[in-house]
Amino acid sequence: MTPGAPDPAETFRQEAHDLLIQLEDVLLDLDGNPGDRELIDTAFRALHTLKGSGAMFGFDDLARFAHTVENTFDRLRRTGAEPSRELIAATLAAKDFMRQLIQSPGEAEAAIGDGLVEELLRHGPAASLPETGPCGAAPRPAEPKEAPAIYDIVFALPPDALLRGTNPLRLLDELRDMGECTVAADLGPVPAIDGLDPERCYLRWRVRLVTRQPRSAIDEVFMFVIDDMELSVTTMAPEAATSHPETHPATDATSAADLIPPSTRGTAERAAAGSSIRIPAERIDNLMDRVGELVIAQSRLRQLAQGSLDPTLRSVSEDIERLSSELRVTTMGIRMVPIGQLFARFRRVVHDLSRDLGKDVRLVTAGEETEMDKTVIENLNDPLVHLIRNAIDHGLETAAEREAVGKPRAGTLSLEARHAGAQVLITIRDDGRGMNRQRIRAKAVEAGWLSEAGDVPDAELFQMIFRPGFSTAAAVTNVSGRGVGMDVVKRAIDGLHGFIDVSSPPGRGAQVTLRLPLTLAIIDGLLVRIGRGRYVIPLSTVEECVELSEADNLRSTGRSFLNIRDELVPFLRLRDLFKVQGPADLYPKVVIVTAGDQRVGLVVDQIIGDHQTVIKSLSKLHADVAAFSGATILGDGTVALILDVVNLISAGRIQEMRMKAS
Amino acid sequence: MAASESAREVVTLEMQGEVFAIDAHWVREILDMVPVTEVPNAQPFVSGLINVRGKVVPLADLRLRFGMPQSPPTVDTRVIVIDAMVGSEPTAVGILADRVYEVTEIAPAAIEETPRIGLRWRPEYISGIGKLGGDFIIILDMEQVLAVGPTTTQ
Repeated sequence: MTPGAPDPAETFRQEAHDLLIQLEDVLLDLDGNPGDRELIDTAFRALHTLKGSGAMFGFDDLARFAHTVENTFDRLRRTGAEPSRELIAATLAAKDFMRQLIQSPGEAEAAIGDGLVEELLRHGPAASLPETGPCGAAPRPAEPKEAPAIYDIVFALPPDALLRGTNPLRLLDELRDMGECTVAADLGPVPAIDGLDPERCYLRWRVRLVTRQPRSAIDEVFMFVIDDMELSVTTMAPEAATSHPETHPATDATSAADLIPPSTRGTAERAAAGSSIRIPAERIDNLMDRVGELVIAQSRLRQLAQGSLDPTLRSVSEDIERLSSELRVTTMGIRMVPIGQLFARFRRVVHDLSRDLGKDVRLVTAGEETEMDKTVIENLNDPLVHLIRNAIDHGLETAAEREAVGKPRAGTLSLEARHAGAQVLITIRDDGRGMNRQRIRAKAVEAGWLSEAGDVPDAELFQMIFRPGFSTAAAVTNVSGRGVGMDVVKRAIDGLHGFIDVSSPPGRGAQVTLRLPLTLAIIDGLLVRIGRGRYVIPLSTVEECVELSEADNLRSTGRSFLNIRDELVPFLRLRDLFKVQGPADLYPKVVIVTAGDQRVGLVVDQIIGDHQTVIKSLSKLHADVAAFSGATILGDGTVALILDVVNLISAGRIQEMRMKAS
Repeated sequence: MAASESAREVVTLEMQGEVFAIDAHWVREILDMVPVTEVPNAQPFVSGLINVRGKVVPLADLRLRFGMPQSPPTVDTRVIVIDAMVGSEPTAVGILADRVYEVTEIAPAAIEETPRIGLRWRPEYISGIGKLGGDFIIILDMEQVLAVGPTTTQ
């Protein structure tokens, strides 16, 4: 193997990953629509491919296990039985087990696999028909009684069929098994020996087949290659069959792709896969770095051009400026993926929860096409799972309770994403009993966050649920209610520079909206100067900028509070915090920043202006410096640090408490 | 050729009049002095950040790690960019050197085990002592030098 070649096992893992996602999707679709034969066929094909490729790449346990699951679906296909909800649940569990077999084959416990097999057999259709061999094709339906028909079959496999592991001889053998068969190979396309690529499939075959089996049995032989091959089947004598609804018209020589209904779905997916490529995230990061360098080099060029009288240089500089900004936008676009991928995962979460809690839940999603930075999407999984669990566990009532208040039995949980300026809004809404204001209040008072008499607006009250240690659930369930969770959500969203809004109009359920930046790689920043150093404050956290009055400045050694429209805001002198030497500016400025409901003023020497900030993370050598969340490179090539506002706010609060204590 | 097979290729540099060596396989590039951004409240020996081809790279001043006094940069000051493992993460780190001499080979016979005593530097920072043209040079164990552990702030 050449050093740069991808590890074949890794390629399989990725492929298997996609197949398992597809399988889960199909299973969840089947849950709502168990009679859909196309879905059963798709599941069967995914399982078959998993088994085949698994065996090819040495995942023997996986191949064996997938074979059992495949058999269950094969029986469903052949008997026409509908899968029960239990069978779907068991198959979902089997899917999880297969994932484990792929990711860490050594750790998967055989006992779990055996239990799942038992479960599948129990809930699967009766095993009255003979099982297929591990590599054999699906057996044909029982022989019908009609007179034999004669088919003229012409087929050609795609040139790379051999590379993909398709064995044409096996296909021919299967045709031979169906009845009397004459096979002729068309050697026309085979090139001379020096031009021959032994791994290419050049041959075409013409087969005359006399069989009693229906036309659809022929399609089944080609089931796994149908999408890419040429196939024409012509009936020579009228087919006597009447009992087969899926039998095709007597004479058809259609293109292979629309021969079998299930293939339409597969073809579309494969076409989509063909037009996209997988790239390791690292390479995109590298590209992003190069573009960042280009932008910096370009700003130097611009400075040169501005100081020059040469009009050609100026026009070139302008061109480069336009190109590099377009290039940056395009590169950023590569990292953007639709949020639908994430939403699709929650179907499973909702399915499992609704079963575990015995509540009927309908999941409605909207705005799946909304695009976000892949890193943001990955970091959203856990907080969203928490929020969904919470909504189903605490928000939605049981079917009986719902009926009693005149709501439909099934609760609705909606997940919606949309763009709003440079932000993405993700809304989780349920039509349950809504937030219990009294209980949240009582809890907040008990924890000392609120005074008994204090009156706070709803928005502020609901923010209390995100504080550590908050849980109003009367009973601890294994789903939620251990007092952990919502503060984890809050922390995760803070980490993404996002915000959470909660609302709950009385009687109309609850709604949580996450406001997130489009990307983590670039933010709008406010560039400030402290001493000789320049720093970036994320603009999304900046509320306002004010001048530090002389009076405040002088007495603040004792009390670092600022009166902003009759509210006391603690402020931090960043000069002191950063141990800056030298005289301070005469008129320091205060940048009021906020995160959630906390505010703090940051005293800086000068506010320079806004700055498009490409975020670079700090190395572990600076892991102990909490005041900064990262760094960026300024137009002149020097490095500026990005302030971690959440951290500074907690530093401000400590100061506030110390003040109150003294 | 046979003799140099297991020879150690090193980059030699000077700090406070003393010659040190870094295994060449760590070294990515050597740069002239660049503008340094200070990181407030960081460990003194890594209190700076520099821009290396669009990447933000921490700058380490080993003088402070070895208890030498800090000194302002001169025309000879160089930054050696090395690829090190810091806390099990591959990290590019800039190392300040008063002067960089050359890339050279030290024959294995000329490398001696670190003596336990008679050294001014903490032995764990040193991976060996080499002999080069009659002079002793200290070969640094960069992984240990850059290890993030309990801070050594004064």
